[in-house]
Amino acid sequence: MPNGPRDVAIVGVGQTDHGALYTKDSRRDAYGLAAEALRLALDDAGLLKDQIDGLICARVDYNRMADVAGLRTPRVVYGLEGSGRMSGVAVQHAVALIRGGAADTVALVYGNNGRSVKMRYGGEGGGPTVAYDAAYGMTSPGAYVSMMYQRYRDLYRAPEDALAPIAINNRRHASLNPVAVMRKEIDVEEYLASRFIAEPLRLFDYCIINDGGVALILTTAERARALPKTPVRVAATAASADLTNYYTSTDFFAAACQDVATRVYHESGLGPEQMDCLQIYDNFTPTVLFTLEGFGHAKRGEGWQWVREGRIGFDGERPINTAGGHTAESYMQGWAHHVEAVRQLRGEAGDRQVRGCVTAQYMCASPIVTSHVLVAENGN
Amino acid sequence: MNLDAHAALLPKITEINQPYWDGCAEGELRLQTCTACGRHRFPDAPACPNCLSPHYSWQVVSGRGVLWSWIVMHQNYLPAFADELPYLVAFVRLDEGPYLISTLLDPPDELRCDQPVEVVFDRVGERALPKFRVIA
Repeated sequence: MPNGPRDVAIVGVGQTDHGALYTKDSRRDAYGLAAEALRLALDDAGLLKDQIDGLICARVDYNRMADVAGLRTPRVVYGLEGSGRMSGVAVQHAVALIRGGAADTVALVYGNNGRSVKMRYGGEGGGPTVAYDAAYGMTSPGAYVSMMYQRYRDLYRAPEDALAPIAINNRRHASLNPVAVMRKEIDVEEYLASRFIAEPLRLFDYCIINDGGVALILTTAERARALPKTPVRVAATAASADLTNYYTSTDFFAAACQDVATRVYHESGLGPEQMDCLQIYDNFTPTVLFTLEGFGHAKRGEGWQWVREGRIGFDGERPINTAGGHTAESYMQGWAHHVEAVRQLRGEAGDRQVRGCVTAQYMCASPIVTSHVLVAENGN
Repeated sequence: MNLDAHAALLPKITEINQPYWDGCAEGELRLQTCTACGRHRFPDAPACPNCLSPHYSWQVVSGRGVLWSWIVMHQNYLPAFADELPYLVAFVRLDEGPYLISTLLDPPDELRCDQPVEVVFDRVGERALPKFRVIA
């Protein structure tokens, strides 16, 4: 797609040092974490707070956040719920607001003190089946993803260690990421020895729960060119929902992923083979398989084989979750995946830098499927 | 099983869902059924997801379905289930369309997705809970 006058770029990213925050008996305030991330994102962008005219908050209340951050007069401001599906939605909204002219420079702010408040997931949103499910001991999204994976492995004959390459890859990348929480590498034996949580899923298939904050700043591509860092243009973004009372999607979100994939590949003029790195929402490791297959990176039923062939490392042919993902870097509900995409595209990813990274794709297979194709404006 | 804790976990009986729980107690699976288009739904909802009609009746359904998938829970999440660990949770697609979370009574050693199942009712204190048994 040619660059238009209201093309949008991500110009600032900021996040807390998740590893340093991962301490015993912490008592952190989500607004403090979000404010720190915002300060870092503004510094990163080379922008001042009063240049922000749009504010979208997630997991933190927008009114309180606006007050805490002293951003009291934005032209557009609202809040999104603190679920993982919303990180992609927030970016998409920022793009639409900027393209439409409702705001010029939008800050997306997320704060999560899940570890401090001993967050236990399950029953979010208080949907009507929650009480019915609990009567059978069914609780959390992880157990619903495990239901999908049980069926996936039954359909496609995936072996016991089919998810291990994803968990191992995340830990390997986290070992190269100074702010990651779980930096110790693991091997297949350690993976298989880890305890079951909701069988067939094991401990190492699960996201961690940690405290942290993330902020992203987007503006017009035109403004972005005047800023110090390489602009990361949002070449395409799309969403498609698959909403029921359950987290389980009976086609593993395939139809929604295909709809989003068709639109982002068409809009960006890029196909899956042209993506230099993939940032995949990985609340639980099977989600990576559903995503790879839904977005045409791997064939239906073959994702588990595709990830085994060494191609998903930062030094492989199609790197995935180069910061360590949700099972090893941090569980920032997709937000940190966006930070990592930007850092890879700018060449700022240090020891885990993907060589010649010019394109990146964010994907989230969840009840609201989202994806963006991001492109480094000047290459690196 | 901690029966008091389990009983406390069951959905509250309301004016709307009372027929569902009465059905369970009487050994029948009853679903809200749209009067206008005949679509069954679970759990109770104020409108038909097909035609949006607010009018419904409670109809006895076959109680048959298939095992869409299942998990074995090892993590201690709910105190009521602490001494049941590990326990099986099933996701069943009823022949009439709706999906529901349940469990299997006396599951065979080898389970497969899409195995046919049939409802059975299990008492929890003064109430009964629909569970399923693999058939054929």
